Amino acid sequence: MAKFQLKVNGKPMQVDVDPSTPVLWVLRDHLQLVGTKYGCGVGACGACTIHLNGRALRSCQLPISAVGTQAITTIEGIVSAGKEMHPVQKAWLELDVAQCGYCQTGQIMSAVALLKSNPNPTETEIESAMTGNICRCGTYLRIKAAIQQAAKSSNK
Amino acid sequence: MKNAKNNQSRRSFLKVTSLTGGGMMVGFSWFANLIPNEAIAHTQDKENWVELNGFIKITPDNQVKIFNPNPEFGTNVMTSLPMMVNEELEADWSKVIVEMGDYDTPRFKSQFTGGSRAMAMAWRPLRTAGATARLMLMQAAANEWGVSVSELTVSKGVVMHKASNRSANYGSLATAAAKLPKPEKVNLKKPSEFTLLGTAQKNKVGKEIVDGQSLFTIDYKMEGMLIAMVIHPPAFGMELKSFDATEALKMPGIKAVFDFQVYKDGYAKAGFDTRAFNKLIAVVGNSTWEVMNARKKVVAQWEPIQDTKEMVMARGGKREEIIPAGLESTESHLRQMHEMQKKPTRVARKDGDPETAFKSAKKVLERTYTAPFLAHNPMEPISCVAHITDAKAFFVAPIQIPEMIKQNIVANLDIKPEQIEMKLARMGGGFGRRAYGHYIVEAGHISKKVKAPVKLIYTREDDLTNGIYRPTYIMTYKAAIDENNNITALHVIGGGFPESPLHENRFPAGVFANYLAESWELPSNITIGAYRAPRSNFNASAEQSFLDELAETVGKDPLEFRIELLKKAKSNPVGKNNDYDADRYIGVLELLKEKSNWGAAASKNAKRGVAAYFCHASYAAHVVDVTMKNGQPVVEKVVSALDCGFVVNPEGAKNMVEGSVVDGIGNALYGELIFDKGTSQQKNLNQYRIIRHREAPKKIDVHFVQNNIDPTGLGEPPFPPVFAALANALYKATGKRLYNQPYLKELGKIKV
Ligand code: FES
Ligand code: FES
Repeated sequence: MAKFQLKVNGKPMQVDVDPSTPVLWVLRDHLQLVGTKYGCGVGACGACTIHLNGRALRSCQLPISAVGTQAITTIEGIVSAGKEMHPVQKAWLELDVAQCGYCQTGQIMSAVALLKSNPNPTETEIESAMTGNICRCGTYLRIKAAIQQAAKSSNK
Repeated sequence: MKNAKNNQSRRSFLKVTSLTGGGMMVGFSWFANLIPNEAIAHTQDKENWVELNGFIKITPDNQVKIFNPNPEFGTNVMTSLPMMVNEELEADWSKVIVEMGDYDTPRFKSQFTGGSRAMAMAWRPLRTAGATARLMLMQAAANEWGVSVSELTVSKGVVMHKASNRSANYGSLATAAAKLPKPEKVNLKKPSEFTLLGTAQKNKVGKEIVDGQSLFTIDYKMEGMLIAMVIHPPAFGMELKSFDATEALKMPGIKAVFDFQVYKDGYAKAGFDTRAFNKLIAVVGNSTWEVMNARKKVVAQWEPIQDTKEMVMARGGKREEIIPAGLESTESHLRQMHEMQKKPTRVARKDGDPETAFKSAKKVLERTYTAPFLAHNPMEPISCVAHITDAKAFFVAPIQIPEMIKQNIVANLDIKPEQIEMKLARMGGGFGRRAYGHYIVEAGHISKKVKAPVKLIYTREDDLTNGIYRPTYIMTYKAAIDENNNITALHVIGGGFPESPLHENRFPAGVFANYLAESWELPSNITIGAYRAPRSNFNASAEQSFLDELAETVGKDPLEFRIELLKKAKSNPVGKNNDYDADRYIGVLELLKEKSNWGAAASKNAKRGVAAYFCHASYAAHVVDVTMKNGQPVVEKVVSALDCGFVVNPEGAKNMVEGSVVDGIGNALYGELIFDKGTSQQKNLNQYRIIRHREAPKKIDVHFVQNNIDPTGLGEPPFPPVFAALANALYKATGKRLYNQPYLKELGKIKV
């Protein structure tokens, strides 16, 4: 066990866990941030996507000991102060994207990171940026449309 | 967690019920534990909910809550079922709160997520519940104002008496309404009078989903809760011999390691009691990562099983079933299946004299189709929370049909039915996998043993090696054709491990005067279960691929050929047991023909294929347009036509069809669980291929036949015909017919 000082969603947090513990399980088991999901544990599904210093990353593949001072953002932390929702979340609701919903927080985290680095992605760019996020329910077309809509609304 | 608050709400609710007295439902349910987020916390803070019937509660300050009875695994019953209630209740839908009902089937009449039955089963009872409550609220207003109910109107949760210009909202009337006797008879609206049903409504819990709130079993936490995982044999056909937990127990955070038996010896398994292994090792500790690591330190010895007798509940009582010994493989399954196809076997249906027709045929077209085992892979891995105490058995369970697991819990955990309290968490997908609740019983055993609340989690690897799968199947179709290109007989034979995919009374049964359907199955120790449109999902791919090739053989357009056969089945049906309505079948094909612009060139040089199918009481047909790019198929566009009767929520319905299309294309191209030496070769999602963003169709166009027939389901029906529509399109694009799934593998074997 070892103590780690973290910055999660802008707040300082401390955990005492084995250094090999993936950030996924630190968030879910120790910090009660369960919006980040477990789907495979091998980096193949994207359900566990978080941002590390703003970049999308699979938290099941990131041991807590590798985080250091880098800022962790989870689905619970993407809404700017004073806002009710992130524009991407809003687009998700407007297009009624979800079926079971389990993959959607990971999808949204990948989408938010994509739009940050590429505010106007083409269809092909969306497909390749999102291809690490599986949706077993098959909501891909709605996800793509929601990303396009969020891009449009933020570029207005 | 807001436990204290819940208890308080619960007490106050009981108070209200006792105040309002007779005729009230005493059953209640708070799903609050699963919804700790602030955004909807107000629903829990409300006190004085008045219950008008099992489905509806209203507060004096006018909040209306509607319970969804059916477990939610992504078909959006959380929206569509409460819509049915509210169509008649006439509360303000935009303000209605929906809440998942707990397991309480007597109260909710049915809690059944499976077989695409939600719409049909709920259609009358839920609208009746809404109408009953509305009448009681109107009666309460009528009593107060001294007028008759017939003088009142209702809109958006407000009762009005226009003549005297008086109005009252539901909240102010609820307490008085609850004291009134329930009306014996209510009139339900005609579809032409609907204002909510049939309009596109967004997911009522969409916000909770995109916020990442705690909705799923795997997210649930209780005071003192431990994490549990199980260790199972490394292969089907093996069982536990002994184990040594010394090292595992030394690992940090580990509380217990023990073996246990899931079902008692001689327990007769009912239909949904399937489980892969009966003896498991449990590893229990403080956190998931610690348990995962300790699990690797357990040293277990396994041994091959002998042929094992198990009791199963079957029609007409208990019956013995033999689980065969041996380590099975896909290779030997395929070999045995092809051998079985050559032998005469059980006749499921015979019309006319097919033998003579085949003997005198000018031409015979015979084709054989196969498909592998498939894993459901719901996105949320298997999990269950259990806390068994002397007083009660508490579960948070992702389970499609909770009533079906009751006798299992009672028998194997020694619990009285009335001690069971089960919260039905939102499920991260199901596809049939969560109809089989063995994990609930496993979690129960573990909680009993460690005397604490536990959350049992299967890793993805666990579910891919200790799961329940879609069987592997084979099907051969044979048609006799005379010198004038008339089809004079049809022969179909199908089988699989360990069930047959055959539906002997399904189209094209009923079309041909001479028809023979045969069926067989071989035993297997690999556990199988329902998978989105069970049996149909393969049956359709074989049947609809064959019809396509048959159309070509007799020189007909594939879509017109199907309509022509259906017209024959309509005007001159053969046999009495045909399970489809030829008219509605023709209807979806006609709609598809129009909407896909059939006959015109497909988009962007794509090639098109068509297929249709009927199952689970709905009709579905697709046209798939594909192109080949660098030897890889690209699905440019899919046009879908459906007849599921009245479309309750067109938005949710469209989403469901789109999802089925994507799922069908994914499984047709990539889906396979290969077995070798009794163990699956795809152990996680880096090996088991699920369709991804860039492989999804570029466009899906969904159309519904407009009618007012009572609604039927959509979770399954659109799925089966996708496979053949794709295969038929790929034939046009590559010149090769595809017979063996997954198609991408077969495409790889040919030069394109
Ligand atoms: S859980 Fe991390 S990628 Fe699947
Ligand atoms: S919505 Fe179910 S996995 Fe994506």
